[in-house]
Amino acid sequence: MSTLLEVSGVTVSFDGFRAINNLSFQIADAELRAVIGPNGAGKTTFMDIVTGKTRPDEGHILWGDKSISLIGMSEAKIAQAGIGRKFQKPTVFEEQTVQENLMMALRKDRAPLAVLFFKPSKTDFACVEELADQIGLADAFLRVSGELSHGQKQWLEIGMLLAQEPQLLLVDEPAAGMTPAEREKTTAILVDAAKTRAVVVVEHDMEFVRRLNCKVTVLHEGAVLAEGSLDHVTKNQDVIDVYLGR
Amino acid sequence: MNRSFIARNPSVLIFLAILALFTLGVTVLSEGFGIGLISTSFVKVLGKTLCLCLIAIAMDLIWGYTGILSLGHFAFFGLGGYMLGMWLMYERTRQIVVNSLSDGVLPPTPEEVTTGIGNQIFGVVGSSDFPLIWTFADSLVLQLAFVVLVPGILALVFGWLAFRSRVTGVYLSILTQAMTLGLSLYLFQNASGLRGNNGLSGLQNLPGITAPQSVVSLWFFWASALVLGLGYLLVAWIVSGKFGSVIRGIRDNEARVRFLGYSVETYKLAVFTLTACISGIAGALYYPQAGIINPAEVAPIASIYLAVWVAIGGRGRLYGAVIGTAFVSLVSSWFTGGQAPDVPLGFYTVKWVDWWLVLLGLCFVLVTLYAPNGIGGLIDLLKRKRKETDA
Repeated sequence: MSTLLEVSGVTVSFDGFRAINNLSFQIADAELRAVIGPNGAGKTTFMDIVTGKTRPDEGHILWGDKSISLIGMSEAKIAQAGIGRKFQKPTVFEEQTVQENLMMALRKDRAPLAVLFFKPSKTDFACVEELADQIGLADAFLRVSGELSHGQKQWLEIGMLLAQEPQLLLVDEPAAGMTPAEREKTTAILVDAAKTRAVVVVEHDMEFVRRLNCKVTVLHEGAVLAEGSLDHVTKNQDVIDVYLGR
Repeated sequence: MNRSFIARNPSVLIFLAILALFTLGVTVLSEGFGIGLISTSFVKVLGKTLCLCLIAIAMDLIWGYTGILSLGHFAFFGLGGYMLGMWLMYERTRQIVVNSLSDGVLPPTPEEVTTGIGNQIFGVVGSSDFPLIWTFADSLVLQLAFVVLVPGILALVFGWLAFRSRVTGVYLSILTQAMTLGLSLYLFQNASGLRGNNGLSGLQNLPGITAPQSVVSLWFFWASALVLGLGYLLVAWIVSGKFGSVIRGIRDNEARVRFLGYSVETYKLAVFTLTACISGIAGALYYPQAGIINPAEVAPIASIYLAVWVAIGGRGRLYGAVIGTAFVSLVSSWFTGGQAPDVPLGFYTVKWVDWWLVLLGLCFVLVTLYAPNGIGGLIDLLKRKRKETDA
């Protein structure tokens, strides 16, 4: 497997506080990875850096086969390059239907003029319907997304990410606030998605991470503390001290 | 879903039909072409109202759909008015000067004509030289192009600077207020080349046209109705498709749109510039009906009124913007025109000329608090009621 994303020696400070401290991290094509860590470990900041929201003070972020540097690229450009992001809170466009939400996310030309004259083809409609089916929202296809339940909104957002056809999916606490049944479905969607692309899941919930059954990276104070299988990292004394022991 | 745009938006057809009926009705009742029930001055009021509805549609596009509360769109409106006003004033003055000079034994030289026009136009600001910005005032085609280009370019430059720095929300609103205030103060100066506080006048007289005002007023009324219809159609089309999805997304959650891969700044700039161009056209149609334009027209308060109209009519629905603007501006001219009867309270007499603004302000507060969807929200309510009874 080749490296899809390589983060090396990245440091970010906010008013003197080092949110990310010399972080190095790699993710391969079609890999499912869980990132865990206590509050303030820098999980969300890590996502902000990769997606272009926050610019690092030091370090390199290289992307894809051609090893393009992502530093200095706009959020929109990074998203177009193939990195999709799901926020902690479900953020869908609540006044628009499930169909409109997915159609907007569909991988198409993003330039204003192209969008203005865009007419969805039969394949586009089929594609969007298939996605709705995949995330279990086929019945709610024409409903305004603000009416959906919390869990359904989370899935819709994941569906929008899939519609973007990214090579890397960054997912921030997808299981937060979900019922056990919803969690199971979310796990299935993510594991399925990771078959064809890399998926990084930031999560608090150990049970959820166990179910993902993948390599785990433990962050602490903005750096990698341990990496390996869940059983491996939970036996690590450092991890027990900073995270699990409390 | 794959039906045509009109079929998906029945309100567009309804609006166009009402506008056509209204235009026909006014024509039939007018002095110029009909039975004379509506005075020429009232035809002008109605025509001007249609122009205000047009800029309200632009305001709804930028504020109601894209979520950018611009409080400076009357700057673009005024610029459009000035651009056409320059040609109207130049050409009419030229004809008068040429006529008066033709009485002499020798035909007037071009220099004499130019000096004559300069004296006529700029005498009030103590000058007779043509400022540089009047270079193309003799060309109707160019000045018409400027009606769109000047507001467009100002919006492009201003918007590029503001959106690129990610200025949003109330800070952007303040910046747009500063822009229109700056323009107004600049135009007030005699050195601005647009006759300072005198502004441009006599715009209701079309050069070379001998038809009476009762007829000319209807020409402008028709033109205003036509352009309003076209503008409505254009904006309704823009907001109906995926572009509309994206700008409503920007309104509701800018960051999400960005992470979907859309360049939010480019979209904002495009909408801001387009609405500025529409505003310019609306202004160019408005001021020949008003007869005069001066810098007070682009004072910050004008753009705030615009926001009030759209809010009262209902943001995010184009007919709402039109209804709110037509209603409030007509009622406003009734109250401030001295036609509204005073209310004697014994100890105090309420004079509407003074108290109308208080009433309007109160309405605005009430709408904001209790009916955030404005008058247009009532129509939504009726639609829902009917759906429920149907079901």
